[in-house]
Amino acid sequence: MWAWPKQLRTRGIVGMNRRNIRYIGRYNDRRLYPLVDDKLKTKLLAERHGITTPALIGTVTTQFGVKHIREMITDVAGFVIKPAKGSGGKGILVVERVEGDRYIKPSGVALTLADLERHVSNILSGLYSLGGTPDVAVVEALINFDERFSAYTYEGVPDIRVVVFRGYPVMAMMRLSTAASDGKANLHQGAVGVGLDIATGRALRGVQFDRTRQAHPDTGHELASLVIPEWRTLLLLAASCYEVTGLGYLGTDMVLDRDRGPMLLELNARPGLAIQMANGEGLRRRLDLVEREAHGAEVSARVDFAQRQFARQGELPPPAEGVPLAGVAAGAYNGERFSA
Amino acid sequence: MSRLPFYLIVALLLVAGIALSIHRHLQFEVPWTPGEQRQIWEIQAQVTFTAEGGPVKVNLALPSSQRGFRILTEHTASPGYGLSFLEENGGRRAEWATREAQGNQQLFYSVQALVAPDARNGGVEAPPLREDIVWEPPYDTAASQVIERAWARSADAYTFARQLIRDFTEEREGENARLLLTQFDRTPLLVRLLHQAGVTARAVSGLRLEDGRRRQSLTPWIQVFDGSDWTLFDPRSGTQGQPDNLLLWESAGESVLEVEGGTSSRIDFAMISRSQPAAAAVRSQLVEDTLLNFSIHSLPLEEQALFQTILLIPIGALVVVLLRVLVGIKTSGTFMPVLIALAFIQTSLLTGIVGFLLVVAVGLVIRNYLSYLNLLLVARVSAVIITVIAIISLFSVLSYRMGLNAGLTITFFPMIILAWTIERMSILWEEEGAKEVLIQGGGSLLTAVLAYLAMNNPWIRHITFNFLGVQLILMALILLLGNYTGYRLLELRRFKPVTED
Repeated sequence: MWAWPKQLRTRGIVGMNRRNIRYIGRYNDRRLYPLVDDKLKTKLLAERHGITTPALIGTVTTQFGVKHIREMITDVAGFVIKPAKGSGGKGILVVERVEGDRYIKPSGVALTLADLERHVSNILSGLYSLGGTPDVAVVEALINFDERFSAYTYEGVPDIRVVVFRGYPVMAMMRLSTAASDGKANLHQGAVGVGLDIATGRALRGVQFDRTRQAHPDTGHELASLVIPEWRTLLLLAASCYEVTGLGYLGTDMVLDRDRGPMLLELNARPGLAIQMANGEGLRRRLDLVEREAHGAEVSARVDFAQRQFARQGELPPPAEGVPLAGVAAGAYNGERFSA
Repeated sequence: MSRLPFYLIVALLLVAGIALSIHRHLQFEVPWTPGEQRQIWEIQAQVTFTAEGGPVKVNLALPSSQRGFRILTEHTASPGYGLSFLEENGGRRAEWATREAQGNQQLFYSVQALVAPDARNGGVEAPPLREDIVWEPPYDTAASQVIERAWARSADAYTFARQLIRDFTEEREGENARLLLTQFDRTPLLVRLLHQAGVTARAVSGLRLEDGRRRQSLTPWIQVFDGSDWTLFDPRSGTQGQPDNLLLWESAGESVLEVEGGTSSRIDFAMISRSQPAAAAVRSQLVEDTLLNFSIHSLPLEEQALFQTILLIPIGALVVVLLRVLVGIKTSGTFMPVLIALAFIQTSLLTGIVGFLLVVAVGLVIRNYLSYLNLLLVARVSAVIITVIAIISLFSVLSYRMGLNAGLTITFFPMIILAWTIERMSILWEEEGAKEVLIQGGGSLLTAVLAYLAMNNPWIRHITFNFLGVQLILMALILLLGNYTGYRLLELRRFKPVTED
């Protein structure tokens, strides 16, 4: 039931107090928080620095502007409406396709234009935002979900969280939504976290509700064969967020688009500690290693360092037969894999 | 980044705090524990009135040593007034006088009374029996009927007084009593009736001593004599005997306050109980008036009573810091539990917990409905505040009707804080589900109960109020805890699975 502090220390587990004082307090300047707390700001900033994000269709800032939503979404196949300062996935409306004047959600439910307008109006009045403050609605193009992942997730798009410390990607996991998490990718709500090897983007270990898992609870698909394609591109993208924001201890949330590859979804100045559970390893050793490194290395040099230093063997048993993601894995090895 | 300045500050705070505490212990003989103590009441009377511009004379009754209390020292503050103490008719009085005064005037008198169960009365003489009582019709018949009725059902002076007063209490009030009360005030009327029946009695004024109370006033009592002995009766209920915490402020049957040359005069009392050895109390009085004494104990009593509570808040804060940093308990609103704990001190623990749960539960149901109305935040929270006030009023009335007086103390809850708690929990419910509400609500309640136990501990109350240096030590401890990077207790469980393989 309980572990001794010494056991956690030998595994390098970082606790909440240490995270707050030693990493967030020391490396994250509070003045920079607004950059990441507002998704619209993050997005514009990232695009200025050449980081791929889901295409911005438009924004609505005033109740008066709600009427323009129709012009904004004509000729768009699918789109997402979200509050700029929303938290925990609240207020995100996904429209998969448009049939005439009917807007179809992924679940098949059809909405009318009036429904969309009311949703945008609610966002503006702060219904979904931190502290209920007035907000801005952001309309983005739909992410073209990579079908190869569909067996690993139940509803919802899986995302990849990379913790970037002083510009070095130190730890990564993929978050797969489940029936228990209601399509959301938050671990404490019951999503499955899969630790990823920084060197290869391969699955290391899976957890749900802090207990190890070897298969997805809803689809039953084993997790060991999970490999992220274009892994190095994704790491480069995540690492460059350090230059973009100036935040030393940063959680980057990425998604994989079928056509456009890895994209930045949002940033987090106070990333949680569950990633250690998903990796079965503490952050401490990696953070100490990065702290000893000289400051000012190039992005690619930092990713090289991380892939070299943080390489690991998976703990999951290899899949019995036929690797479903073989093609992806091959792609990842051929094109992207870093050779030390 | 060097941590040296930080540790220097902490060390400085610790040394200063410990030195101050030891100094106070040695210099003023304040003991470390509240045990083997004499309880001392410090009572402050504040006379306020509006002077009319001419000469002013203020005459105030003063308490003497009496059954249960010994008067130690007394002080006055009355700039511009001449002061003399008088003894008349067996009572002590203070008389302030000045040639010219204009506008609002404030006069202070403070006294230290030692609780001494063995103290005796300094010879209370019974007043002469008044023979000159004349009633106008129809009050004469009413009076004699009331007296006859009580007389028939009594055996001596005390039982007669008890019966008579009971006939004037609400449930037994007869027609005659009601008629008499339309013409006379209750206490003088009862004294008059007693005298007419040949029982010597007089109206006196007493002060109920309750720790930390401010803006109190005197209550009338009736002193009934039976030969050389006497006892007190409560004119409102007929209860016999003097409560332990009742100090007779005026016991000569005279008026408490007389003001010549002023209008709208009133008198307020503030009081505080302090545990000190009697000798130390006297000595501290000698030092108290020097300029160098920056102690809170040199403040007027009213402010001291406030500080008694304020000085406990750091203890509550320390409990919160301990539970959050070392244990990792989640609470709804960081310091909300401290405020709830302060309310528990007023309500007592069980009533407090029941009241808190009731208000929050009903509040959540109503707040749930409010969320359908889709209001702006400030308006919604304001609506919740009004709801909380309504719930509290309703529960007060209900519990009073059911005869549960404890329910009335529910009004001590900080209503705006409760409204925010309800709002926050409601949002939490929508976003994270009922489980998280239970975790955070339970965490808040647990923290509040622990903070209450710490703040209500007699030893901690004694230490925080008597040793101001302790505040510096608390500050140092909290700073140190703010620097703790180790694991929280609950994290040992959370991260347990990582250590398993």
